Amino acid sequence: MNACVAKPQKKRIQALLEHASGDKRFKILEVHMKKHQFRQDALIEVLHKAQELFGYLEDDLLLFVSVKLKLPPSRVYGVATFYHFFQLKPQGEHACVVCMGTACYVKGADKIIDAITQKYSVRPGETTPDNKVSLLTARCIGACGIAPAVVYDGTVTPRATPESALQQINQWMKK
Amino acid sequence: MILNDLIQIKEKEQAARKKIVLRCCLAAGCMSSDSKGVKEQLDKAVAEAGLQNEVEVRGVGCMKLCCEGPLVAVDPQDQLYVKVTAENAPSIVAALKGGKAGAAQTDPKAAFFSQQFSIVLANSGQVDPERIESYIAVDGYQALHEVLHEMTPKEVVEAMVKCGLRGRGGAGFPTGLKWGTVAKSPGAKKYVICNADEGDPGAFMDRSVLESDPHSVLEGMAIAAYAVGADQGYIYVRAEYPLAIARLQVAIKQAKQMGLLGSGIFESPFNFNVDLRIGAGAFVCGEETALMMSVEGKRGTPRPRPPFPAESGLFGCPTLLNNVETFANVPTIYRKGAEWFAAIGTEKSKGTKVFALAGKIKNTGLLEVPMGTPLRKIVEEMGGGAPDGGAIKAVQTGGPSGGCIPAQHLDTPVDYESLGKLGSIMGSGGMIVMDDSTNMVEIARFFMEFCMDESCGKCIPCRAGTVQMHHLLDQIASRKATVRDLQKLEELCDLVRNTSLCGLGQTAPNPTLSTLRFFRNEYEVLLQSDPHGPKTNGAVKS
Repeated sequence: MNACVAKPQKKRIQALLEHASGDKRFKILEVHMKKHQFRQDALIEVLHKAQELFGYLEDDLLLFVSVKLKLPPSRVYGVATFYHFFQLKPQGEHACVVCMGTACYVKGADKIIDAITQKYSVRPGETTPDNKVSLLTARCIGACGIAPAVVYDGTVTPRATPESALQQINQWMKK
Repeated sequence: MILNDLIQIKEKEQAARKKIVLRCCLAAGCMSSDSKGVKEQLDKAVAEAGLQNEVEVRGVGCMKLCCEGPLVAVDPQDQLYVKVTAENAPSIVAALKGGKAGAAQTDPKAAFFSQQFSIVLANSGQVDPERIESYIAVDGYQALHEVLHEMTPKEVVEAMVKCGLRGRGGAGFPTGLKWGTVAKSPGAKKYVICNADEGDPGAFMDRSVLESDPHSVLEGMAIAAYAVGADQGYIYVRAEYPLAIARLQVAIKQAKQMGLLGSGIFESPFNFNVDLRIGAGAFVCGEETALMMSVEGKRGTPRPRPPFPAESGLFGCPTLLNNVETFANVPTIYRKGAEWFAAIGTEKSKGTKVFALAGKIKNTGLLEVPMGTPLRKIVEEMGGGAPDGGAIKAVQTGGPSGGCIPAQHLDTPVDYESLGKLGSIMGSGGMIVMDDSTNMVEIARFFMEFCMDESCGKCIPCRAGTVQMHHLLDQIASRKATVRDLQKLEELCDLVRNTSLCGLGQTAPNPTLSTLRFFRNEYEVLLQSDPHGPKTNGAVKS
């Protein structure tokens, strides 16, 4: 983000606000900010909402948030990159999140990742070339009693195996 | 809302109680095995059998034995069905009228359940977490009423000191002392924060408490706020726990509607509001100063202490910060008295501790035991030992900040001091059991990788040290290291431990050091001879 260049940025903000006025999602985001009275300490809440609406946080979206909350773009970008939960790149249609907490690891979560990486040549954090499936890891989702756990598009699946994970991804790829 | 209203709700709730109650677990563990479908089927079957006046199907929180979920308990017959599916759920209702249920049962009097002593989890699996009336029916919010009307804030703090409760987040700082410090700090505005950023991989006690009994945490926070003179509270909860967030939102809304949160609680001058703050996936935010930065909407980096949060915390105001489990203990302490609580546990560690038992063990799930219970009892008697006849090799406590306790030390009582002596920590309560197939060097590397990823990068020892230590562990694991690398690793561990800014860096070497202490031979067999070093391996003075 070219935050320090003053002049081109002004133009960029203008263009951005113009574009935003035509996009309903920006309006919803602004209502959400209003709910927090545009408080600067609600930045993380606002970014959560932005990611929920747009799927990921692109540069222009972060700039929009910084303008509306009257925060320097560096601060918004800094927060967005600090936390693992925020994605700065577009994600695939489906998300396969493998929990890599200790309990899942001890019970073989790494083998699930290896199997997926080998078959579809995506590493954790990457998306398949056809943009179908993103492979992600989590730092413990608290489902240790049913380890290893894998989350397919928000649905937690207990006692996963490399085979069950490959089967699910295969199903997504076929569609 | 006055006490009479509270008692009225309680009586109404008890009068409405039906003869038979089917409790169906709706916590995250069982939900992932379709317990919601099970509950729907139970509801349907009860309606079809025309038993609505006799049987209540209640969605409850965690019933502790997570590995066997979804669980359905039948009161008062005291039956516990395990691994119930939507298909065989109706047969449980049919079995009420005689006949045999299609689902398997387990013995609710087995050691796993009977050896537990519940304070924090007393309501878990009993009350409906989405209905405040259900919590009021088990004497909920009575402690808050008593505190507000019959005690001065000073007396509340004194009782907390007397009961001897220590912080359940891991460090074990005396809670009464913390409350007293915040109460004494000058300032018109003070805050109470509940740390629900349960980042330790392998720990899920706080998630279960929030999902199963959110009102006990809210009541505990309100009592704490009265004691220290705060009027605003925040619960900082991980984004990874969507169900806990949803239940907390419901609980806060209901408490506000009933006037149990907000202004003029119980017609006293005391005001208290609670807001949620959602984390965004940063382990370091479990550290108190980092957590407050995150609540302020900034990057979650820690800062040096002093000033301690009790003097200058959130937005520069005096702030009380306690863990979920600590707050969940509070209402019971005031309802039953400080002496009652102080009589449980050991001399220096009072009360009970909730553990999340997981890993290579037969019974995984939640258990709450008095402090001082030997590890062996937890792991072998209650946990049922390693599955498939394997032998337990070590028990990991405290997550990436803790250590591995080897099998020969299983008779150690669990309290803050005893675990510290073995180079581990109590931690927040995650307990991962490892059997003889577990490679300890791999475990050390796993935790170091975790700390490396989660290091916030503010101080150099942690930022650079964790990377170097991970590299050395990598070299050892791939048989490329020599005895000098091992020596270097130990030196680095010492350096990072003593010079890092916050708890993350200071404890990052713990898993490595404790595995080195008890399983050194596993490291040494991986070492190569050093072409440039002394001729005899291991002769180097360490």
